Amino acid sequence: MPTDPMGAFTMESPLIQGAYMAAALLFILGISRLARVRSARQGNRIAALAMFLAVVATTIALWGDAERETLWATLAGGVVLGALIGIVLAKRVAMTAMPELVALFNGLGGAASMLVAWAELERARAEWASAPRGADGLVVSEGAFGLGTVNLATLQGPLFAVAAVLSILIGAVTLSGSLVAYGKLAGKIRGSRLGPLGIRPLNAVLLAVALAAAWTVGFGMAGNPEAVEWAVYALVALTLLLGVGLVVPIGGADMPVVISLLNSYSGLAACATGFVLQNNLLIVAGSLVGASGLILTRIMCRAMNRSLANVLFAGIDAGADAGDQEYTGVKSTSAAELAMVLDAAQSVIFVPGYGLAVAQAQHKVQELATMLEARGCEVRYAIHPVAGRMPGHMNVLLAEANVPYERLFELDEINGDFKNTDVTIVVGANDVCNPAAYEEGSAIAGMPVLDVWDSRTVVVVKRSLSPGYAGIKNALFERDNALMLFEDAKAAIEETAGELGEL
Amino acid sequence: MMLGLLLSLPVADGATGGFLVVGLWVFLLAIFVGVELITKVPPTLHTPLMSGANAISGITLVGALSCAAADFPQAGRVLGFLAITLATINVVGGFLVTDRMLGMFGGAGRGKKDAD
Repeated sequence: MPTDPMGAFTMESPLIQGAYMAAALLFILGISRLARVRSARQGNRIAALAMFLAVVATTIALWGDAERETLWATLAGGVVLGALIGIVLAKRVAMTAMPELVALFNGLGGAASMLVAWAELERARAEWASAPRGADGLVVSEGAFGLGTVNLATLQGPLFAVAAVLSILIGAVTLSGSLVAYGKLAGKIRGSRLGPLGIRPLNAVLLAVALAAAWTVGFGMAGNPEAVEWAVYALVALTLLLGVGLVVPIGGADMPVVISLLNSYSGLAACATGFVLQNNLLIVAGSLVGASGLILTRIMCRAMNRSLANVLFAGIDAGADAGDQEYTGVKSTSAAELAMVLDAAQSVIFVPGYGLAVAQAQHKVQELATMLEARGCEVRYAIHPVAGRMPGHMNVLLAEANVPYERLFELDEINGDFKNTDVTIVVGANDVCNPAAYEEGSAIAGMPVLDVWDSRTVVVVKRSLSPGYAGIKNALFERDNALMLFEDAKAAIEETAGELGEL
Repeated sequence: MMLGLLLSLPVADGATGGFLVVGLWVFLLAIFVGVELITKVPPTLHTPLMSGANAISGITLVGALSCAAADFPQAGRVLGFLAITLATINVVGGFLVTDRMLGMFGGAGRGKKDAD
C-alpha cells in the first residue's frame, strides 16, 4: 500500500509526535482544571479529548506498518468491545459502589500495562528466535557483553529488559491487588483466612522468586529464548500471586489507602510501559497518575494517623482486645425528642459516616436539612477525610443527594465551630468523632477527629453501641450532652423529619 | 536500586541509552508537575480526581494499539488485543463515570464557595 498517503506516517513523524505533545499538554491542562468545582467537568473532558487525540494519532502512525486486517480487527474488536463494557459499567454503577468500580478500573489499567509489556517480550523473543545462529546454536550478535552471552538485555538494550520486567511486576500487582480490594469493598472477601502471620513470609518468598524470574527474563539464559518463555510465564504468575498476598491481609478500614496506592501503581505501570515502548506520552500521563495516587495515599494515611508501612504491613489489628467496652450513663432518645431539640436549634451540623451511605440515608438527611433551613436554621456538614470508602467519597454521595457543595466543610475548616453549634447529628460515623484520639496510649491517639462533643447537644444516630473499625470504646456516647438514637439511619432521619413537620 | 543497576549497565546501543536519559527527565518533570497540580485539588473532588486519573492511566491503550504492528508474532497480538480491550474499558468507563460524578456537583448554588 505504498500509494496510501496515510501509510507515510510512523511513530517518529513530526505530525504524530506533535499530536502526542498536544495530548500530554491537554492531560496537564485537564488535571489543572480539576482544582475547582466549576471547571472540573470541563477538565475531565479535556483529558478525555487528549486520550482520543493520542489514540487517533497512534492509529494513523500504525497505518503504514500494520497489516490492515489486523489493525481493523483490533480496533473494531478491542476498542468497540472495551468501550461498550466501559459505558455499561459507568452508567450503571451506584455512587456508593464507586470505590469498587475505581478498584476494578485500576486493575484493568494495570492489566493492560502488564499485557503490553508481555506482548513486547513476545515480539522480542520472536526476533531473537529468528536471529542468525552460529555453529554452537547460540544467537550471534554483537551485544555489549560480547558473543555467547546474548540475552534480552544485550539484544534489546538493558532499558527494554528492566522496563519490561518492571511493567509486568507493577502491572500484575496492580491487577490482582485491585481485584482483591474490589472483593473486600464489595464484601465478597473478608479479612485474611491465612491469618496475619501466615501470609507475610510467603510474600517475601514470592517476591524473591519473582525477582529471580525477572532476572532470568532480562539477563539470564544466554542464547536460549525458549527458556525465557517459561521465565516470563513464571514472572507473570508469581507477580499476580504477590498482588493477592499483599492486599489480602489489609483490613477493610484501610481500603481508602489501598485504593489510592493501587491508583498510583496503575500510573507507574503505564510509565514503565512508556520506557519499554520509548514513548514519552505514556511516561507523562503515567507520572501524573502516579503522583496523584501518591498524594492521595499520603492524605489518607494522615487522616488515619498511620504510616503507609503500618497500613501495609501491620495487618488487621484485631481490635487490640477492644479494651473496656462497658458503657455507663448512656442516654437514649427518640425521633420525636430529636425533632423537638431541632425545633429550637439555630445551627446544626451533620457528621456523616459510611453508615449513612450503607443505610442510603443521604437523601433523607438532605430533606431534613432543607426543612431546617426553611425554618431559618443554619445547616452545615462536617466531612472527615476518611468518612467514606475512598478519598472524597462522602462528598460525591452528598452531591448525589443534591447537597450543595458549599455546605460541606473539611475537618480543619469546621472543627473550631462545634462550640458555637446548637445540635450536631452524627449519622453512621464512630471513630472519626472519638475523643480517645486526644488520649495518649489510645489505639487512635493522634488521629484527627471532629470535636462534636463541643456543641451544645450531640445526637448520635447508630444502631447499637458496637465499636467502629478501630474496635475501641467511644467515650463520646457517655458524655452529658450526648444522646443516642438507636435506629437505622434512614428510618431515624425520616421519622425525625416527619415529627418536625408536625411541630 | 533498579535505577542504579540500569545506569551502571553497559548500554547496548546509543539510541536506547539516549532515551533512558530523556525518559527519566520527562518522568521527573512530569512527577513534579503532577504533585504541583494535584495538591491544589480540593478534598471535595478527590473521588472524581482519582477516577479521572485512573482513566488517564489507560494511556497504556496507545501502547496496546502498537501491538497490532506487523512485526508482532501471533501470541503478541493476542496479548495486545486483550490489552486494548481492558485499557479501553478503563479509559471509556473512567472518563464517563467521572463526568457523571462531576455533573452532580453542578447542582444548586453553583460557584458560591469555590474551594480555594
